[in-house]
Amino acid sequence: MSAAHDEHGHHHREPESVLSLRVRALESLLVEKKLVSSEAVDRLVSAYEQDIGPHHGAKVVARAWVDPAYRARLLADGTAAIEELGFGGVDLQVVENTPGVHNLVVCTLCSCYPHALIGLPPVWYKSFEYRSRAVREPRVVLREFGVDLPASTEIRIWDSSAELRYLVLPERPAGTERLSEAELAKLVTRDSMIGVAVAQPPAAAAR
Amino acid sequence: MKGVAALPRKNGELVFDEAWQGRIFGMTVAMSHEACFAWREFQAHLIEEIAHAEREGEPSSYYERWLHAFEQLLADKGLLDAAALAERTRDFESGRRDDVF
Repeated sequence: MSAAHDEHGHHHREPESVLSLRVRALESLLVEKKLVSSEAVDRLVSAYEQDIGPHHGAKVVARAWVDPAYRARLLADGTAAIEELGFGGVDLQVVENTPGVHNLVVCTLCSCYPHALIGLPPVWYKSFEYRSRAVREPRVVLREFGVDLPASTEIRIWDSSAELRYLVLPERPAGTERLSEAELAKLVTRDSMIGVAVAQPPAAAAR
Repeated sequence: MKGVAALPRKNGELVFDEAWQGRIFGMTVAMSHEACFAWREFQAHLIEEIAHAEREGEPSSYYERWLHAFEQLLADKGLLDAAALAERTRDFESGRRDDVF
């Protein structure tokens, strides 16, 4: 048989990986059994690739920065407070960074993460290195991420689980008093909500 | 940070390296939305799969482990037959089937 066409006239493709074939077979079986629809999978993939970035979480943080009452509710009951903004589906505890305390989120067992608020976890979050070292030597790990904390700052590690996810409420950067809530949200990065970065003022954030 | 942990860590990076990773992720989330299983049941299988792979020093990738965990969960729930999956995979491999999702 020629490489270009077989007798059914199918066009030749690049050899497909074993895993890819297996996943197609799985999807075809599940669709057949009506357990899943390919359209639903399409929608989810595109939502996670394009729409659900960290901006839901960023809106939550920006609201907490401008509205002290919301901030209090968010820290008291994260799950209820994010529902006020239309985000939900996750049991959430929000932990607040202060001048003396820095919070860092990890999932030592796998990759628990508040997807709905900050999108999919980055590759390093799922790595064995991060999961083990964040607990063992958080100060060193943070320095590698470019966060150099004074020795006097206490570091608190939060180990996510399937039952409870954590989100860091970063400190509002200095010199941002005149920014609107929407402008503030742009300063809130995914990494700052995991705790491996701090939120930067606009000039630094744009660099 | 070394190894995979040294990859780009900016906002907006690509989330799936290969299309099949997105498909398996999407199927898992979709089926949990349809209440075929609870998300935490899947999570428990994933934790077990990752622990096993790391104990054995398997070089498998994250989404490969995800796929194993998902298959195992479906098998436990009686939603997937291993022999049927193996046969269907062969069908795709030989080109007898060519559905594109």
